[in-house]
Amino acid sequence: MTDAVSRPADLVGRAQDIRRRYGDTAVTAALWLLIVGLVLWSALNSDTRQLFVNGVVVGSVFALGAIGLTLIYGILKFGNFAHGDLMMLGAYFAFFALTGRVSERPRFDKELPWSLDSLPGAVDRLGDLTFGYGLIIAAVVAVAVMAALSIGLDRLIYRPLRRRGAGIVIFAIASLGVAIAARSLMLIIWGPEPRSYVTGIHKAQQYPFDIRLKTDQIFIFAVAVGLAVLVYLLLYRTKLGKAMRAMSDNPDLARVSGINTDQIIAWTWVIGGALVAVAGVLLAIQAQLNPQLGFVILLPLFASAILGGIGNPIGALTGALVVGIAQEVAVEYFAPGYKSGVAFVILIVILLLRPRGLLGARV
Amino acid sequence: MGVSILPVLEVKDVVAGYGEVEILHGVSIKVDEGEVVTIIGPNGAGKSTLMKAVFGLIPVKKGRITFKGRDVTGSPPEKMVRFGLSYVPQSENAFATLSIQENLEMGGFIRRDGLSERLNWAYELFPDIASRRHERAGRLSGGQRQMLALARALMLDPQVLLLDEPSASLSPKMVEAIFERVAQINRSGVAILMVEQNARHALQFSRRGYVLAMGVNRLEGAADELLESAEVGKLYLGAEP
Ligand SMILES: Nc1ncnc2c1ncn2[C@@H]1O[C@H](COP(=O)(O)OP(=O)(O)OP(=O)(O)O)[C@@H](O)[C@H]1O
Ligand SMILES: [Mg+2]
Repeated sequence: MTDAVSRPADLVGRAQDIRRRYGDTAVTAALWLLIVGLVLWSALNSDTRQLFVNGVVVGSVFALGAIGLTLIYGILKFGNFAHGDLMMLGAYFAFFALTGRVSERPRFDKELPWSLDSLPGAVDRLGDLTFGYGLIIAAVVAVAVMAALSIGLDRLIYRPLRRRGAGIVIFAIASLGVAIAARSLMLIIWGPEPRSYVTGIHKAQQYPFDIRLKTDQIFIFAVAVGLAVLVYLLLYRTKLGKAMRAMSDNPDLARVSGINTDQIIAWTWVIGGALVAVAGVLLAIQAQLNPQLGFVILLPLFASAILGGIGNPIGALTGALVVGIAQEVAVEYFAPGYKSGVAFVILIVILLLRPRGLLGARV
Repeated sequence: MGVSILPVLEVKDVVAGYGEVEILHGVSIKVDEGEVVTIIGPNGAGKSTLMKAVFGLIPVKKGRITFKGRDVTGSPPEKMVRFGLSYVPQSENAFATLSIQENLEMGGFIRRDGLSERLNWAYELFPDIASRRHERAGRLSGGQRQMLALARALMLDPQVLLLDEPSASLSPKMVEAIFERVAQINRSGVAILMVEQNARHALQFSRRGYVLAMGVNRLEGAADELLESAEVGKLYLGAEP
């Protein structure tokens, strides 16, 4: 009993000892070496090469989620527990825009007379992809809806809390409430059964080095990396992005400089909402539409954001790729059920050894 | 010297604090056009709190703040800079994670045009930071950071500049450099309201001064009178150099 209670404290104490003895730089260097070593090894080892590639794809989806999470944290200073469920909700909005379907009773859908898939050729496959241009328009619709919804949630919930000077725990709990509401909404409207944007089986293609990949996976990777670069350019090259970083650094000084922080917050939700929707659609392409999936993915999202250094989008991308690869490669050695356990272990190790994350907190 | 009819900045009987705690119990201060005014007082007197209240970072519970005859009480900081005031806080007065250039760009955030001209102007006035413009501000030395903070506050060409202890914890040489720059800024027509620990030094180039203690006005007067006043000398100026 006492042993079980004192253990976590011991762990924290020991982690502090390690950091004190070897210094922050040495610990960070060791972590980097370990991570780069494991990633390279899993890429070069023929047993795990395929899993490594899958991990990169999974990690790309995590990356978009983690970048949104980290942006919101940087500006609003709270961990948004609704992020995963809002991702999934965005994916369902895209599904609805595409198919016009909602669940009427178990395993029976009601379908709107018109939806995007009624457009001529909207579901014809684009090249080797499994979906047509209809899904891309549907994703754009979801982006707009999620951006608007994010602003609405801020006005309704987070802004009143800010005005009251609520602490970080209150915000986190409020976002947990949003998460549960979003999940319930999905269950009510679309039911608990997993769905997907397209039907039928799609075979993977053969690539050199014995790697099999679906073209969808390449698409996911490309979109995720493209958007990550766009977010980077936004933050470092545009006036809005610099103001966001300024506010993340020092909100009072930002106001003193004439930056309207309410506006910056609104833009953060717009960008965060857009990223959430794209991340959700990619997740649904990669896995499936499933009301439970949003919450499952939350842990790897947090692990990714914290591994890279929370508040830092480049870090989030790096962290997400590492977490994605680690989760997939672990399948070679542990039962697939332990996948989220991997994210959890990474989270704990980083929090103990280098809480600022690999690339340091804040941009 | 022309006689101005209205002070540019007038603070009248201001009551303010943090939450329920009242720190300022009715403070009055005025700054005339082109003047340098120094506020001195012991630690915890409420000098920084006064600056924050004037600039709208904390609510003013009672009293009035006017800028050029216009009531600006309760205006948020992002409005105050649009009116023509600027403020350098006592601590954390630069964005540590942004580059020097980005800090200055943020200072000029609401400028519609002429940003690059103003940047060049700032780099000319502060050559020390010009050579490091793409480095993170967090890596600057104390003196250079203070220079950056000044430069940031000047990006909008303000009419009144509030400075909270610009020379705090700097080397004597750096203190000299900062004061020189402040005097130069003032000569270009910017009125300055400054809180200072280096009271003697600050009063020497101020026109008037105030002594604040326990959240109320304790003394006020022409700077040279304050410098000669026995009470001020004993309390805040230390021994004659
Ligand atoms: N953010 C805050 N919240 C609550 N109380 C504060 C806060 N900042 C300052 N105070 C309190 O207000 C009082 C006045 O502080 P203030 O910073 O205005 O003093 P000061 O005259 O600027 O002193 P110094 O010379 O040390 O800068 C102090 O008692 C301080 O503890
Ligand atoms: Mg102070």
